[in-house]
This record gives sequence, structure tokens and C-alpha cells, in this order.
Amino acid sequence: MGKVTVKGLGKAYKTYDGRWARLAEWLSPFSGPRHQLHWVLQDIDFQLAAGEAVGIVGINGAGKSTLLKLIAGTTQSTAGTIDIQGRVAALLELGMGFHPDFTGRQNAIMAGQLQGLRGDEIIALMPAIEAFAEIGEYIDQPVRTYSSGMQMRLAFSVATASRPDVLIVDEALSVGDAYFQHKSFERIRAFRHAGTTLLIVSHDRYAIQTICDRAILLNRGRLEMQGDPVEVMDYYNAMLAEREQQTVRQERLEDGRLRTISGTGEASIVAVNLLDDEGRQLDVVEVGAYATLEVLVTINAAVPRLVMGYMIKDKLGQSIFGINTHRLEMPQTDLQPGEKLAYRCRFPVNLGKGSYSIAISLSRLDSHLDTNYEWRDYSVIFHVVNTRHPDFVGCAFLDAEIAVERSAGSVRVDGVTI
Amino acid sequence: MLKVLNLMQKSKAHTLLRSIWHYRGFIAGSVRREFQSRYRNSMLGAAWMVLNPLAMIVVYTVIFSQIMHARLPNASSQFAYGIYLCAGLLTWGFFTETVSRMQNVFLENGNMIKKLNFPRICLPIITVLNAGLNFCIIFALFLGFLLVSGNFPGWVFFAMLPLLLIQVLFSMGLGIVLGVLNVFFRDIGQLFGIVLQFWFWFTPIVYTVSTLPAGVQTLLKFNPMSALIIAYQGIFISAAWPRWSSLWPVALLSVALCVFGMLLFRRHAGEMVDEL
Repeated sequence: MGKVTVKGLGKAYKTYDGRWARLAEWLSPFSGPRHQLHWVLQDIDFQLAAGEAVGIVGINGAGKSTLLKLIAGTTQSTAGTIDIQGRVAALLELGMGFHPDFTGRQNAIMAGQLQGLRGDEIIALMPAIEAFAEIGEYIDQPVRTYSSGMQMRLAFSVATASRPDVLIVDEALSVGDAYFQHKSFERIRAFRHAGTTLLIVSHDRYAIQTICDRAILLNRGRLEMQGDPVEVMDYYNAMLAEREQQTVRQERLEDGRLRTISGTGEASIVAVNLLDDEGRQLDVVEVGAYATLEVLVTINAAVPRLVMGYMIKDKLGQSIFGINTHRLEMPQTDLQPGEKLAYRCRFPVNLGKGSYSIAISLSRLDSHLDTNYEWRDYSVIFHVVNTRHPDFVGCAFLDAEIAVERSAGSVRVDGVTI
Repeated sequence: MLKVLNLMQKSKAHTLLRSIWHYRGFIAGSVRREFQSRYRNSMLGAAWMVLNPLAMIVVYTVIFSQIMHARLPNASSQFAYGIYLCAGLLTWGFFTETVSRMQNVFLENGNMIKKLNFPRICLPIITVLNAGLNFCIIFALFLGFLLVSGNFPGWVFFAMLPLLLIQVLFSMGLGIVLGVLNVFFRDIGQLFGIVLQFWFWFTPIVYTVSTLPAGVQTLLKFNPMSALIIAYQGIFISAAWPRWSSLWPVALLSVALCVFGMLLFRRHAGEMVDEL
């Protein structure tokens, strides 16, 4: 149960030249088609094992939602096959089919029936739905009196009332307030542990990297890449800045990680070093010690404005700290071919224990999305160890001084005596 | 080869029926909900459902029977014209409500069809059941009036059932065909509104066939609804059993429309989603 096999999947919409063309095609079936096929999805092949969590990423219009709709069964494919074992639940749009004049309870029953549940099954699930939605007395009020967050809460609770074998989620995760978002995320995670196969579309790097085993990248209706979420997200990030002359390439590092390098190449990174204050290469850094990031850049073609930036990321690819010379108001201008630049960035390594990587970017403006001369993930990888300071948890080292006042009588805190 | 095709068709029809059965809770719930929602926020509630056709009947009765002195040939009861009118008007209303709502059923529920996976065939079924429910209520009132005023036709009344069955099949077949076509060619909806206007006056509902010239009377035979309406009127005005032979064409046409409608629906159900 929960296995999904997609083979040669394709979806095309018919476009007609004019209003009458379709009629002509319908009325004279033997004179050949009068439409063009507009392919939005082509040659998609992948497999989801039971219990696997896979994220789908891609820019708008890449075909993500179409793919989900095809798997959810609301849209018919033009080519290929989808084979799904077990019950599918899709959170494509929450609150669909809610009627404002009816109470939350009545709408919940209706929504359950729409999922194919029997009346008695829904009645049995009702207490759990009410408890999860946490909307209290409102359950017996008309839905039109609900806030949009409450509506979402109820809709999510109904849609996930019984565990499906395959769950499809289309960015619907941003449900209600932060508390409920967390709660709904937790429920999805619990489903996964219980063996539900998960398919998520999201632009949220964090969501994809924390919950997914694998990611699939769609580009212009084709499957561009699938694999480890961090690697796919890096590639996706590079692709976001893709321009005509730009290249994106990935290299396998010694430790097995995939380094993504992209850019148009007017300026390129020649060497990147992480050094201590004595100028020695750093691989292992003590918490709180100073490190200097050295970036050597060569100019290959005229560059009107150059901004160098770096981003420190943790093991999961989360951004820890990033800055660039645009924000520091020191961009270089009018660079000529042949010029060389050396950047030295000194910073205290106030980080928690663990492994970190540094990505470097060369761009024209603040963001690499406009012009990306070069973007290089995993330029440097270093490990932070803690031997001099007391052991702490977390990724930031915020040195602490703790004072304690103890008295049998009274203590003063912020002007208050207790 | 043909046999295989036949088997496939059979199993498809079988799964269709099964999925309808599986979603019976949804169908029943939707019918109930639509019925309630229509009158939920009005003070007179379900009374409006009766008041609307009642107003129409009063208008026609007053205008035709009083002002224009239309009298039914060989009928003496003072209610005769009113009964004649109701027999045709109420059943015609059932027909138009079914067809005109079915032709919009996919368009109106477009969002739901695009976002949720459920058997689409439920939607037209809900429409028919809803129209049927409305018809039952108003027709029950009419029957009550007949009983009270001593005009109930007796056993012959049960001839209504096969007639209604034919009518439902006819309106369902026509409705599905129009409903599917309307998704691809939105002109259908507009056009059919006009067609219905002409169709109403081309059916002997407010007038009797005998008042028409002979040439037009023959033309009327090609109107599938007229055979049904004439049969209804016969039952209530003169307690006459329908001439079954006159109903064969409309019955066959209904079955043909239903088959065609289902084929059209099955063939284009997938493409329909892309057009909504």
C-alpha cells in the first residue's frame, strides 16, 4: 500500500485557432484534428516507495500543480500511466465545497462524504475532528461566521481525519496561525511515520529539507533532476538565476556531497580559503575563534559592478549568516578583463558544534536573481568544535553570564521584590 | 473484438453504478443541503417554492380562462381549465428545471471538479433529485386540491408513473448532452434559454390542441414533450388512460438521448476539466 509508479506521464491542453475551430472538429471527426497540443508536462517517470516522502520543486509554471492534480486524479493525463496502491487524499485546496450557511459540523460531514466516507464513519471520526480543529463552540455555528483561519483548521482536520495511504499536499501547509501550522505539520509527520507516502509541493526549502527523503525538480514540464533534497534545492537555487548564457554544473565532492556552480562567467571564483589568524588553512575551528575567508576572483569580461557575498549554511542547508559587499556598501565598479580581486572577510566563529559550509556568490546587485556571475555552493566546508567553552546546544554561540541571587527572605527582579 | 469491447463497456458501466452507490451518502446529503439552503435564510421558507408556481398558475388562469374566456371543449367544471393548466404547467416546470439546471451543472461546480476527486456523475444525479423533490412537493399540493375539490381521477392516476419515468429519462438525457456541450460551447446555454421559450408555446400547455389548425397539429406530433403533456392532461381532465402508442417515440428518444449523453460524458469527462 502507498506505492506510486508514474511512467511516461504527459499532459497537454488543446488549443484551437478560433472559436469555431472546435465546433468544426467535433462536427467533422474524419477531417483530422484542428487543434494544437500544448504540453505542460512531458516524459515524467518516477517511483515512490511506500512510506517515502518526496518534495516537488520548480518555478511557477513548471508543472508542479498539474502533476499533483494528475496523481490526485482530478485531471486526466494525455500520455503515460499512474499506478497508485491504496487510498489517496489530496490537500490541493482546503475548504472546497464548504457552504457558508451551514454549521461546521454539517460541512465537515459533507466534506467527509465528498471524500467517499460513509455517514457512520464520519460520525465516528467527528470527535477527533473537533478536537484537532480546536474551534470549540463554533463547530455548531454557520461557517460564514468563521474567520478564514478557523475555516482552514476545520478543513484540514476533516481532510486528514483518517490516515490515507498516499497524501498529496500543495503548499496548503500554511494553514492558519503559527501554532496550527506547527500542529498540521506534526500530523503530516505522524502519518509518515505510520507509513503514509507523502508528496509535497513547496517553495519552502526548510519544509522540503526537513520532511522529505527525496526531491524532484520540474523545469518546463520535464523532470530535470531527482535526488537528495539538499542537492536538488541547491540546483534549484542556481536555476532560479538561470539566463541564456549561464551554465549550471554540479560536481561530486570527496565526502559525497554535490557542489552546484552556476553563473554567466564574466567574473569567476579562482580560489576560496578559510584561514586562521596565522594564515593556516582551517578545517576544524574552535567555537569563538576568528577565521578569515579568502576569496580570489578574476575578471573575464567587462563587469560594470561587482558584489561578492558569502553565506554560511548548516548541515541541513539552512542559512546561518549571509552578507555581501552591496550591503556593506563597498561594491567594485568598472572592472576590466584581466583584473584580479582578493577579498578577505574576517569573522568570529560564534557557531554551535557541527559541520558548516560556505556558499559564495558574485553578482551585480544585492540578489543573484538579477545577474549571477558565479554562484558556488560548498566552497568551503569546516567543522566547529567546542573544547574551551562549556558545552551548549544550538547553532549560535551567544556567550552567557549567569548570575544567581539566593535568599531565604526576598529577591529583587526588575524593580520587583518578591 | 466486439465482444471484448462490449465486456469493457459493461464493466465500465458497472463501476459507474458502484461509484454512485458508494457516494449515495454524498448525493443524499447534497440534495438535502441544497433544499435547505435555498430557503434557510428566508422568513417564509419553503412557502416560496409553492408561491412561485402558484402565482404563475393564477396569472394564466385569470388571463386565459376569465379574460379571454377560454373554455375547454366538453368540460363543465369551473376548475377544469385550472386543472388542465396545472397538469401541463407543473410537469413542464419539472422538465425545464431539470434540463436548464443540468446544462449548467458542470460549469457551476467547475471549481470543485478541478480540485476534488469524486465521481462527477453524482452532480447531474443530485440535480435531477433536487428538481424531483421540488416537483413532488408542489405536485402533492395539486393532488391535495384535486382530492378536496372532488376532481381526483382515481386509479388512472397511476399512469402518471410511467409517464414521469419517461419524462425524467428524457430530461436527464437532454440535460447531460447539453451540460457537456455547454462546457465546450458556452453558446449552448444562451441558445437553449431561447429554445425553451419557443418550446413552451409549441407545447399544448395553456391552450388545447384542438384550437390549432390541422397543419400545426401534425407538426406538434414531432414535439416529444407534447405527447407527454397531452397524456398528463388526459389523466386529470377526463380520467383517460394515455394512448401508449403515442408515447413510443418519446420513450425511444429518451433512451437514445441517455445513451448518447453517457457516451458523450464518458468521452469528454477528462477534457472537460481542462476547459473549466
